[in-house]
Amino acid sequence: MADGNKKAAAERSWRITGALILDPFTGREGQGTVWVEAGRVVERPSGAFPEETVEASGLWLIPRLTDIHVHFRSPGQEWKEDLRSGSMAAAAGGFTVVATMPNTDPVVDIPALVAWQRLEAERLGLVRVWPIGAISVGLQGKALADLWAMQEAGAVGFSDDGRPVADSRLMRAALSYSRSLTGPIIQHAEDPGLFAGASMHEGSVSHRMGIPGAPAEAESVMVWRDVQLAALTGGRLHIAHLSAPGSLEALAWAKRRGLQVTAEATPHHLLLTDEAVAEWGYDAVTKVNPPLRPAAMREALVEAVREGLVEVIASDHAPHHADEKGRPYTEAPFGISGLETSLGAVLTALVHGGLLSPLEAMRRMTAFPHRLLGQAYPGLVPGAPADLTLVDPFHEWTVDPGRFYSKGKNTPLAGARLRGRAVATMVDGCWVMREGEVIDPCADN
Amino acid sequence: MVNQAAIMDQDAIRRALMRIAHEVVEKNRGVGGLVLVGIRRRGVPLARRIAENLAQIEGTEPPVGSLDIGLYRDDVGRRPWTPVAASQIPVSVEGKVVVLVDDVLYTGRTVRAALDAITEWGRPAAIQLAVLIDRGHRELPIRADYVGKNVPTARREEVLVQLREVDGLDQVVLVKPEGSDQVEEKR
Amino acid sequence: MEDFLGIAELGTKTLQDLLDTAESMAEVLTRRVKKVPTLRGRSVANVFFEPSTRTRNAFELAAKYLSADVVNFTGGGSSLEKGETVWDTVRTLEALGVDAVVVRHRTSGVPEAMARQLDIPVINAGDGEHEHPTQALLDLLTVRQRFGHIAGLTVAIVGDVLHSRVARSDLYGFSALGARVILAGPPSLVPEDLAEPPVRVTWSLEEALAEADVIQVLRIQRERQQEGYIPSLQEYRARWGITRERLAQAKPHALILHPGPQNRGVEIDSDVVDGSQSAILRQVQNGVAVRMAVLYRLLGGEPE
Repeated sequence: MADGNKKAAAERSWRITGALILDPFTGREGQGTVWVEAGRVVERPSGAFPEETVEASGLWLIPRLTDIHVHFRSPGQEWKEDLRSGSMAAAAGGFTVVATMPNTDPVVDIPALVAWQRLEAERLGLVRVWPIGAISVGLQGKALADLWAMQEAGAVGFSDDGRPVADSRLMRAALSYSRSLTGPIIQHAEDPGLFAGASMHEGSVSHRMGIPGAPAEAESVMVWRDVQLAALTGGRLHIAHLSAPGSLEALAWAKRRGLQVTAEATPHHLLLTDEAVAEWGYDAVTKVNPPLRPAAMREALVEAVREGLVEVIASDHAPHHADEKGRPYTEAPFGISGLETSLGAVLTALVHGGLLSPLEAMRRMTAFPHRLLGQAYPGLVPGAPADLTLVDPFHEWTVDPGRFYSKGKNTPLAGARLRGRAVATMVDGCWVMREGEVIDPCADN
Repeated sequence: MVNQAAIMDQDAIRRALMRIAHEVVEKNRGVGGLVLVGIRRRGVPLARRIAENLAQIEGTEPPVGSLDIGLYRDDVGRRPWTPVAASQIPVSVEGKVVVLVDDVLYTGRTVRAALDAITEWGRPAAIQLAVLIDRGHRELPIRADYVGKNVPTARREEVLVQLREVDGLDQVVLVKPEGSDQVEEKR
Repeated sequence: MEDFLGIAELGTKTLQDLLDTAESMAEVLTRRVKKVPTLRGRSVANVFFEPSTRTRNAFELAAKYLSADVVNFTGGGSSLEKGETVWDTVRTLEALGVDAVVVRHRTSGVPEAMARQLDIPVINAGDGEHEHPTQALLDLLTVRQRFGHIAGLTVAIVGDVLHSRVARSDLYGFSALGARVILAGPPSLVPEDLAEPPVRVTWSLEEALAEADVIQVLRIQRERQQEGYIPSLQEYRARWGITRERLAQAKPHALILHPGPQNRGVEIDSDVVDGSQSAILRQVQNGVAVRMAVLYRLLGGEPE
């Protein structure tokens, strides 16, 4: 990383004191001081650089907050989001690393586009952007893309997200090939026939509102197929935005067999139910795929995250333009802008709800995401890149999408009261967000 | 607190309706070709009673219809919504003499609406108007052919006609709001 | 009442008022001169994003009989077909200064969303698979005229209930006025969880017919076979089509309704449509009266 602020950071020394350090990478949990110098965690400052102290009493200090499922829409759909606005949203939400989905226009299915996303993000100097490459050429579900070449260019995983890999033969090939790769095959699990025409979960709310729905099985039949293919191939399968009880059973089955299968849940599926669709009238802010589920399914998902069956929380940040989301419900695109509410939603639903300890909750947004993507990070130990977030866990705030850094203001959490939010984000020893304000390094040049 | 003053009792109403019936017969030289049309709601029972009186006098009872003028008001959309009821006139009014019957004649706007309404049913030879009470304060050039009783009123006052078919008793009362003893305008 | 979006949100009293008013509008329709001056100087926009001759004509006649002026925005070369969005249309209507909007859209919830943006009354003329409230009103009126009451009757709604906005509105309307509702049809189109008790779901037409005083026959779309909901239309007819023989198993006084247009020989046979138990033409007549009642109810009171 280059440019003004980064250079300045390289010649600075920070002493962060008073915070409760929650380091899921090392298991460290306790009050302490963290020294940062020249972009890295150090044991003691060398004295060569000017020192500054950050008083962080009452805050949590968490390394490497990671969101492995975001859509930054670039290249090609910059009216929805771009690498800069997406990175700013990530920094504002407390994330130091994001993994971007490849369903852009053109699709990220060649090494050059992976490399371009990496370089562009580095030039911006905000957060780390880890591209995910397409599984199939053009997301067409027909031929495998050059997965290894994309990995060499910096791809951390592979997905046709937005669409499922419907062809079982192709999915088998992808999973099989993944044995020679470091990243997983990430499946958007959806049976195209069962989901056809649906805009929400099929149930009493969809029946009442007259909105075409799809059953939870539209997801879980695909998860069952995929875990069987994972068993057949020994490949690394990750289930994106898991939401259905049947999917949980498939996941449990896979884990009992010792398969390399993981899954993620989104904050909106952990927090909201399909009743939100009714509460929002026919406003498409609640339209998301997989759809918001009934209360019993939400509770089952929360329990799965609590016990660690589902080990990762990811936002599925899917920003859209207001004109697109303002269309009639069945015509509007799926997706929720989630980066700037994710941490608050998780703390509200899981930690303040008493379901998970702070360290365990943060593990699902730090160490577990790294492990499943095959990415190493040692934790807050000397020599580690200084990527960390200060969190005020008790700060109560009201979600106001008008203040989002993301171009996508589409969220059914608008107006919701959340408890807990990031107050500062540091990447490579450089503050990219403080007190809610993103510090744009390029603007300082 | 309101003051009520009785204007007509049961007998007075009966006598007034009988007198109106006689006047109708006299003016129209009998009841042939007459149709009585009551304006809903209280005009309808009054029309029936006049028709019964006419039957007593002339031996034949003229047909009686009911007219709801809700769809013809000139203040639709300016006051709270009111349900409308179906109008019913059992015979054609074409070429007939229609006697409109209402309880109180006041601004004349109801009668204006009734005139519009009745012409939708055909072209009568003539339309006459019978009212139990004329309380003045006309806002339109309309007058009654038959009046049970003229009652000078102030605009703030209210004339309340109660009929046994609707209200369970026959009487007419003048309702004065508190502190409105003096009649501020008379016409 | 500021808008007319669905039967579900109406109280029993409002429903009764509307039916009473519709009754007097029906009287106006029997006159030689079928016109009253009530809404003179008011204008109503018919905005039909989805084609519909019957409903649009009924609304247009209803407005004209009440002396309102009517402007039609419909498909077929209009701006609606040229990709104009719902919200552009909303702004156009505002600028034109119309007094009420009648809207039909293939997507559920569009009338509700429009009503949020417009100060003038919005009338739902059918939205997606959600509601078709004026259809329910005319069904209620037709049944009330025949039986004199609705409470205590058993109403069977037969066919593609899952995709039917008519079924939803009827379900709410008949239930609100005290009728018992039975939903009948193939399991794929009448899933068990479609309604909560006391509404009953049955896949046996015979069972529904045996108890019904009123049989609302829904239109079955040809596409449902391709979509995998039913086998062929022949098989549908064989199991759930209303034929004269089937009708003979129903109560002799059972009244046949159909929202139209009918697929004769599929969900209903010609001799049933045209038979003595059919109230289908009466429904069409009442269609104008109930829409007059709704227009009068929304535009005939002072704005709040």
